[in-house]
This record gives sequence, structure tokens and C-alpha cells, in this order.
Amino acid sequence: MRILLALLFLALPAQAEEVVLGLSRDSVSISTTFDGSDILIFGAIKREEPIPDGPPLQVIVTIAGPDQALTVRRKERKFGIWVNTEAVEVDSAPSFYAIATSAPFNEVISRVEDLRHGVSIPRAIRSVGAPMTVADPQAFSSAVIRIRKANSLYQILEGAVQVDQQTLFRTSVTMPANLTEGNYRTRIFLTRGGVVVNQFETVIDVRKVGLERWLFILSHEQPILYGLMSLAIAIAAGWGASAVFRLIRP
Amino acid sequence: MQIYLPIAEVSVNAFLLLGLGGLVGVLSGMFGVGGGFLMTPLLFFIGIPPAVAVATEANQIVASSFSGVLAHLRRKTVDLRMGTVLLIGGLFGAALGVLVFNYLKSLGQVDLLVKLCYVLFLGIIGALMFVESLNAIHKSRKSGKPAPRKKHNWIHGLPFKMRFRTSGLYISVIPPLIVGVVVGILAAIMGVGGGFIMVPAMIYLLGMPTKVVVGTSLFQIIFVTAFTTMLHATTNFTVDIVLAVLLLVGGVIGAQIGTRIGVHLKAEQLRILLAIMVLAVCGKLAFDLLITPTEFFSIGTAGGH
Repeated sequence: MRILLALLFLALPAQAEEVVLGLSRDSVSISTTFDGSDILIFGAIKREEPIPDGPPLQVIVTIAGPDQALTVRRKERKFGIWVNTEAVEVDSAPSFYAIATSAPFNEVISRVEDLRHGVSIPRAIRSVGAPMTVADPQAFSSAVIRIRKANSLYQILEGAVQVDQQTLFRTSVTMPANLTEGNYRTRIFLTRGGVVVNQFETVIDVRKVGLERWLFILSHEQPILYGLMSLAIAIAAGWGASAVFRLIRP
Repeated sequence: MQIYLPIAEVSVNAFLLLGLGGLVGVLSGMFGVGGGFLMTPLLFFIGIPPAVAVATEANQIVASSFSGVLAHLRRKTVDLRMGTVLLIGGLFGAALGVLVFNYLKSLGQVDLLVKLCYVLFLGIIGALMFVESLNAIHKSRKSGKPAPRKKHNWIHGLPFKMRFRTSGLYISVIPPLIVGVVVGILAAIMGVGGGFIMVPAMIYLLGMPTKVVVGTSLFQIIFVTAFTTMLHATTNFTVDIVLAVLLLVGGVIGAQIGTRIGVHLKAEQLRILLAIMVLAVCGKLAFDLLITPTEFFSIGTAGGH
């Protein structure tokens, strides 16, 4: 048993190059005045040996929001107006996904490695359950990518990671105002010649805070109380307006 | 100043919302309408999800109609008995409306239904009001007297008669109940008080005197929209209280300004302006349904909200 463990230990590849990461912030607070957020991601590459020869070191940074199941609908013209007709369930798609690379995407990672680690946007979306009646289910997942790219929810920032001396790297990702709450999985890949040599993972916590959080929780956990509170505010405002009216013009 | 709405989960400009509330408030003060039928489409245009816009607008109407009904109660121009009958129908209709709303939401057709309702009702009401006010202007130029309204019609032949003292009516309870149900359904689906449908129905169908119509309609609207707000809040979680407050503040201030402007304009001119505005909103919504969209796909959350 002990020999087996020792063998296993020996069999583990020695990590020649390793990521040491820094984040400008590890949490994003959605407050009432939240208007998007910039996150600076920087780090260094730790190595015990001199820089290896061969293709230069490349860095990929991905930030992924919580996965959601989606229903994607397609409009068609019926009776002269545009109506939602076909629908496809996308099993899981990240609510936010940003990829920053140090060079064009195809150069930094090979297709096989992309498939293995699920780096590119299409790899991050999982859709299996398209109904048989839909002729082109791929069109629906590419629509998700297209729409979310237009809303800056999906971003490909090719060449946005700066790498100095194959040792230091930094990039910044702009997160838009319409974010969903949750844990944002942040991954950093080091590649050489399209092959991942090291990867590092951390989490950026995106939370509603203060009033936003209180109201959101109240509306879901105490809907009756929340509804009554909304009505009470409305009645008070209506009564107040009427009272002010009488004061201004008796 | 951008403000993040906790339920709608979008960031919008607070001054834009205050301005919209104020603008619609001015109009409602000028024309004596709730303004819901204008506000909800405006909220669609600025990117509030339709389900949130409809639910939140119902909450805002509670405030504006409560403010209005207090003034009418002081003047004793509310027929409480008629209001209660309309209300019974209204609550039933609102429950039915929320059921229809949720069913269509699961089919992904709710946006279409809400928009079609708007195009249809805004189109009809706008066109009728436009023609009627044109005629009124025409007649006032000739200075002829308006034709007297017919007092008796088929409505008066129905059973279950009831006496409504404030309105001076002795009619069957069936027509007011039906009017209540229809308005309730519309309130739930369209996020409107339904005043712009109920007022003509009360005058022309039920034959109520014009002076008690507005107060009675407001009385009924408070309860129906309050009920709708509760239903939306408990079943869909789509009432955004921050959005409602911003709209309320603007609306309350706007209504005061509007009432002052309204005093200086002639009734027919006011109505024709309102008709043009209603038709413009209707036209924009219809145009969006008819033109080829730039994006054929839309994303919704799986299994409802």
C-alpha cells in the first residue's frame, strides 16, 4: 500500500510553472447605485527552473457567472405579426462569461485542450434536449451567444492579457450593470504551444447588498408581507398627495 | 444617476423614471385618467421586463387612485353600492386574469398577449375619442345642443334588479358584474386600472350620471389593482418596490402640475390631445409587432421566473 502511494506520488507531473494570482477585488457588491464593475486580474508565474525553450507562454483568464437553464424562443411571422413559435431548452448557460487571452484564441489553446477544459463560449453552454421538431437546434445556442455578446454579458477579449517576461501578467474585465447574483468562477490557464501547462481557479463573489438584498429576499421569502408593504407605501403616498393637494389649494 | 432595480434586475436612470412618472402624472392630472395604459408601454420601451412592468404598474395605480378617491369621497361623488358590485366582478376577473397571465407566461406568449391587448384597446379607445372630440369641436362651432342620451335600452330588461341611490338607478346587477369582470381581467393582464374602459362602459352601458362615474371607477380600481398587486407579488414575485416608489414620486408631483394646466385648456382640445397620444403609443406598439425584428430569438428563464 505504501509503495503504491509512493508510486502515485512519483507519477504526478512536477509543476514546472505555477500561477500566483492577485485580484483587485474578490467580491462585487450590487448596491442600489451599482453601475457595473471593473475587475483587475494580475499575477505571476512561479517556477523552480529557468524559462523553458520552445513556444512562448500564453495566459487565458475566464470569468463565468452562475449557470442557468434557459428557454430560447424563435419568432416567426404568423397572421402578419411576429409571434414566438419554436422553443429550445438550453440545459445550462453561464449568466456571464468573459475570456481574456494574451494572443488570438486559436493560437493560445488547441481544440482538444479547449474541449477538455471547456474554455471557449460554445463549450461553456450545454444543450442536449432540443425537441425533434426543431430542425436547427444549434441556431438557438448560437443565438444565446449572439444576444449576450450584444449585452456585454459574453465577452471575448483577445490579446487583452499582457504578459511581461513570460512571468507577469495582468488584464481587466468590465462586468456590466445587469449582473446576476452568485459565485463567479474565475480560471487562469497557462499554455505553451496550445497545451495547458497549469491552471488556477478562484471565485469572485457577486452579491446584492443592503436594501437590494433585503428587498429581493423579502419578495421571495415573505411575498405576502412584501405585497402588503408595497400596498402600504402606495396608500400612504396616495393619501400624502391628497393631503398636500388640500394644503396647496384649500 | 443609475439605480439598480432589485426585482427587475436592470439598472436604469432614476431621473428618467421620475420624469416618466411626472409626465404621466401631468397627463393624468390633465385628462382625469389613471395613466397606467401609457406608463406600462413606456416602461417596456425603457427595457423593464414586461412581467415586472405590469405588476409594478398595478401597485402605482393603487396610489394614484387612492389619492383621487379621497377627493371624490369628500365631494360625495362615489356610488359605494355600485362600486361594490363592480368590485365583486373585478376581483373575480383579476384572479382569472392572473391565471391566464401565468398560463401564457409558461407558453412564452405573455409579451405578445400584453402587447396585442394594448394595440387593440388603445387603438379602439384612441380612435373613438378622436372622432368624438372632432365631432364635439365641430358641434361647438355650430353651437348646436348635444343629442340627449337614450335612457332605456335592453340592459334594463335583465333580472336581479337592484337600487343604486347615489346613481339614481334601478337596474339588474348582471351588467355591472360583467363590466367588473372584464376590467379585472384587463387589470391583471395589462397592468392598468381599466378606467379608460370602465368610464365609457358606466356612462353608455349602465347609464350612470357622469358626476359619479369617475369617483366610483376609482373606488373599484383601488381594490382590483391592490388585489392584482398581491397576486403578482405572491405568484410571480414581479412587483418591484423601488421602481414603484420612483414612479409614485414623479406621478404625485406631475398630477398637481397637470391639474393646473388642465384648467386653462378646453375640454375638446384636451380630449383630442389625449386621443393623439393614445394613438401614437398604439402605433408604436403595432409597428414593433409588424416590422421584421433584427433579432429573431429571445432568451427566457426556463420554467417561468
